[in-house]
Amino acid sequence: MATAPKPQTEGKATDKQVLLSVEGVTKIYDGAVKAVDDVSLTVMKGEIFGLLGGSGCGKSTLLRMMAGFETPTKGKIFLAGQDITNIPAYQRPINMMFQSYALFPHLTVWENIAFGLKRDNMPKDEIASRVEAMLKLAQLGKYAERKPHQLSGGQQQRVALVRSLAKRPQLLLLDEPLGALDKKLRETTQLELVNIIEEVGVTCVLVTHDQEEAMTMASRIAVMSEGYFLQVGEPDTVYEMPNSRKVADFIGNVNMFEGVIDEDEADHVTVNCPECIHYVGHGISGHTGMEVGVALRPEKISLSKTKPKGKHNWCEGEVVEMVYFGDHTTYHLKTPTGRVIKAQEINNTRDLSCGLTWGDKAYMHWDDQAMIVLTQ
Amino acid sequence: MNILTQYFRSLFQGNKLVIGIPYGWFILLVAIPILIVLKISLSEMEASSVSKMIDWSDGWPTIKLNLASYQFIASDSLYIKTYLSSIKYALITTILCLIIGYPFAYYMARSPKHLQPMLLMLIMLPFWTSFLLRIYAWKTLLVSNGVINNVLMSLHIINEPIQMMNNAFSLLLGMVYSYLPFMILPLYANLSKMDVRYLEAASDLGTSPFKAFWLITVPLSKAGIIAGSMLVFIPAVGEFVIPELLGGPSNLMIGRVLWDEFFSNNDWPMAASVAIVMICIILVPMAILNKAEVEQAGGK
Repeated sequence: MATAPKPQTEGKATDKQVLLSVEGVTKIYDGAVKAVDDVSLTVMKGEIFGLLGGSGCGKSTLLRMMAGFETPTKGKIFLAGQDITNIPAYQRPINMMFQSYALFPHLTVWENIAFGLKRDNMPKDEIASRVEAMLKLAQLGKYAERKPHQLSGGQQQRVALVRSLAKRPQLLLLDEPLGALDKKLRETTQLELVNIIEEVGVTCVLVTHDQEEAMTMASRIAVMSEGYFLQVGEPDTVYEMPNSRKVADFIGNVNMFEGVIDEDEADHVTVNCPECIHYVGHGISGHTGMEVGVALRPEKISLSKTKPKGKHNWCEGEVVEMVYFGDHTTYHLKTPTGRVIKAQEINNTRDLSCGLTWGDKAYMHWDDQAMIVLTQ
Repeated sequence: MNILTQYFRSLFQGNKLVIGIPYGWFILLVAIPILIVLKISLSEMEASSVSKMIDWSDGWPTIKLNLASYQFIASDSLYIKTYLSSIKYALITTILCLIIGYPFAYYMARSPKHLQPMLLMLIMLPFWTSFLLRIYAWKTLLVSNGVINNVLMSLHIINEPIQMMNNAFSLLLGMVYSYLPFMILPLYANLSKMDVRYLEAASDLGTSPFKAFWLITVPLSKAGIIAGSMLVFIPAVGEFVIPELLGGPSNLMIGRVLWDEFFSNNDWPMAASVAIVMICIILVPMAILNKAEVEQAGGK
C-alpha cells in the first residue's frame, strides 16, 4: 500500500505538483462486478488528463469516485495531499461538467451559473460580478435571462462548462464534454473548451470514448479497459508506441501481423509473418522463435504499382475496397494469403483519374521504423 | 364553393374525427348537463316541476329568467358561511394530503425499481373496498364506545372516551384518508420521472441533500403538486358523503346543503343555483393553477 503524499507546503518549490492522486482504487458493484480494478494514477497541477476507453471500461465510475458520487470499495483518493475518499460530493472543491450538462431546467442561465456560488454564501455583489465574468468567458452575455431549453446545444455546453468553473474548483471533471454535439460543432467547441480551460488554468480530468477528443484536448491520456489502465502516457506516445495489442487496436486504425522472431540482433529484428517478412530497424527485448505481433498503422504504408526492391517490408495485394474521405483515401488490399490490409493515401492532387481502383494489383511497402513489435 | 366543399371534406377526415370524439364526449356529458342545471337554476318551482324558461303562451317566445334563488344565496349568510367552510375544509385537506403525500410519493419514487409496483398496489388496495364501507369503518373506530376509545380505556391510558366523532377532526381525517391516493399518484408519476442527475449536479455545486430537495426536487415537481392539489381540492369542496357520515351537524359543507335543497326542500332551482355557484368557486382556483401549469410547461 502506497503512503499518502505529503501536503504541498513548499509552494512553488517544484515545477509540477501532484494535485490528485488515486491509490489502488477498486469499485465492486453488487459484490461481484468489478467496475474499477486497483487503479492508481496521479494528476499534476495544470494538466488535462484524459481517461479513454470504450463503454463499460470503468472510466465513468472512476470519474464519479473523484467527484464523490460513488465511494471506492478499496483504495484512497487524495486531493492536494488531503484524503477525500469519504468526503461527500458537496464538500469537495471539485466540480464536474456533466455529459448531459444537467442544467437546472427551472432556472435561467444566470441562476444556473450562480447556483454554486450562492451555496457558499458569497456576498451578492461578488456573485454578480463572478457570474458576469463567467458569462463573458462563455460569450453568453445576452442569454443570461434565458432558460436552458432556449439555448442551442453548443450554448448549453458552454453554460455547463462555466457553471462548473464558477466556483474556481481545484479540479474540474469533464464527462464526455462533447458527446452531445454533432461532428462539425465538436471541432470548434473542442478548441473553445481548451481555450477557456487554459485561460482559467484549472486542472482537468476528462473522460471520453472518442480518441480524437482525448488526443486533441488532453496532455496525458490513460487507456482503460475492463476496469484497469492498459497504458498511460502522452497522446503521441500512446499512438506511436502502444504497449499492447489492445492499445494499438483501440487507438486509431492498425494492421496487426502475427509472426515469429527470426533474427534477433542488437540493431535489428526480423519477424516472419505469413504475408511478409518484417525488418524492424531497432532491437527489442525478445528472443528468436518468440511469437510476436507487429502493428503497422495504415498511414505508414505506401502504395506503388512497381515491385519494391529487397525481400523485407513489402507485400502484394489486390484492391478490394476503397473508402474516400476527401482528404485521404483508405484502400483495403487483399494479400495472396487472403488477409485484408488497410493502407491510407493522402489525396494531394486534384487529379481524379490517377491512382488505383478496384481490382488493381499493388505493392504495399513501409520503412523499417514504421512498425511496433508487440509482445503482449 | 370550392373552399366550402374542401372544408366539408376535411371535416370527415380521420384525424378530425378522432379529435372530435373527446369533444363530443365533453359536450354530451359536461357542457349539456351544466347548461341544463344552469337553466333549472334560472327557473321557478311550480307544483311538481320547474317552470319552462321559454314561454310560447302568447304566440311569441318570452324568456323568463328567475334570479330569485341567486339573490337568496347572496342574502342568506348560511350559504356564504357554508361555501367558506367548504373551501376551508377542502384547503386544509389539500394541504394535509400534500404534507403527508409528498414524502410518501418521494419514498416510492426513490425505492428500488422492483419494489415500486408493489408500493403502487398498496396505494390502490383500499379502492377494492367500497368507499362507503371504509367511511363507515372509520365511524366504528372513532365513536365514543368505538375500537380506539375502548382499547385506550382498557389500557387505562384515558379515563373517559375522547370525543373524536362528529367534529372537524373526524371530518378532516375522513377527507385526508379518502383523498390521499389522488395526491400521491400524480406526485409519484412526476417524481419517478425526475432526472437524478440534477441532484448530482446540485451536490457537485456544494448543495447538501436537504437543501437540494428544496432547491431542485420541489421546484421540478411543481406540475405534480398542482395536479395532485387539483385532484384533491375540487372533489373535496363538493364532498357530501364524508361530512354527512363523519362531520356531524355542526360542520356544514356545501354538498349537504345541496342535498337538502334537492331532497328535503324539493327546491330544484335553489339546489341548481347552489351547484352553479359551487362550480364557479371551483373554476377560479382551477384557472389559476392551470395558468401556472401552462407557464411551467412553457418554461421547461
